[in-house]
Amino acid sequence: MSIEVNGKTLETDEEGYLSNLNEWEPEVANIMAKLDDAELNENHWEVINFLREYYEEYQIAPAVRVLTKAIGKKLGKDKGNSKYLYELFPYGPGKQACKYAGLPKPTGCV
Amino acid sequence: MSDTKKFLFVNRKAPYGTIYAWESLEVILISAAFEQDVSLVFVDDGVFQIAKGQDTSDLGIKNFSPTYNALGDYDINKIYIEKESLEARGLTVDDLLKLTYEDEDDDWAEKDSIHVVSSAELVEIMDQQDVVLSF
Repeated sequence: MSIEVNGKTLETDEEGYLSNLNEWEPEVANIMAKLDDAELNENHWEVINFLREYYEEYQIAPAVRVLTKAIGKKLGKDKGNSKYLYELFPYGPGKQACKYAGLPKPTGCV
Repeated sequence: MSDTKKFLFVNRKAPYGTIYAWESLEVILISAAFEQDVSLVFVDDGVFQIAKGQDTSDLGIKNFSPTYNALGDYDINKIYIEKESLEARGLTVDDLLKLTYEDEDDDWAEKDSIHVVSSAELVEIMDQQDVVLSF
């Protein structure tokens, strides 16, 4: 599978995750969202950017429980809860947000 | 959760050259994501897995040592290092990554996750587990 971004063809796996995370650019997230009939606002971007920073530091995509806790610490309790994150990413904050961020599927996600 | 078990992961091998260290780390993270009670042991060449300043650029393999710093976020804070293995390799605890966690019951104070223990103490720790997995 692949997606078209700014005239380039980027390879993805069968679930739509980018094969090469170095090919990520913000437009990748917008196009992936469009394929899911979603549109990204600044709240989505907060989570996507957080995940990219987390990956940069730890070289893994965090499990949902860890993500929720870490978001709460960084962005406040009103955002560090499953309800808020599932409203933003109904397919699962771990899976969907990581995909948009160009990261692999979180370790521990089945 | 009622079906929580005590898992101990014993890491014995150098970080690169075989897949054991990385595979172990992945299973550890998965076990913790399922909210099991996870402890880690590093013995023999396994102590090199959490050595500071790893550089894999000449190996063409991802340096996954930064991932050990995430263990605290996964509530993994019982990390045992065998004293004899460190000494045999001329290492001290200062040569290892500083792995910490924030204690929820103590106003999120940052605490050390690493405990250097003797071989005899390790036997006791192993005795207390439900499951011991060796990598």
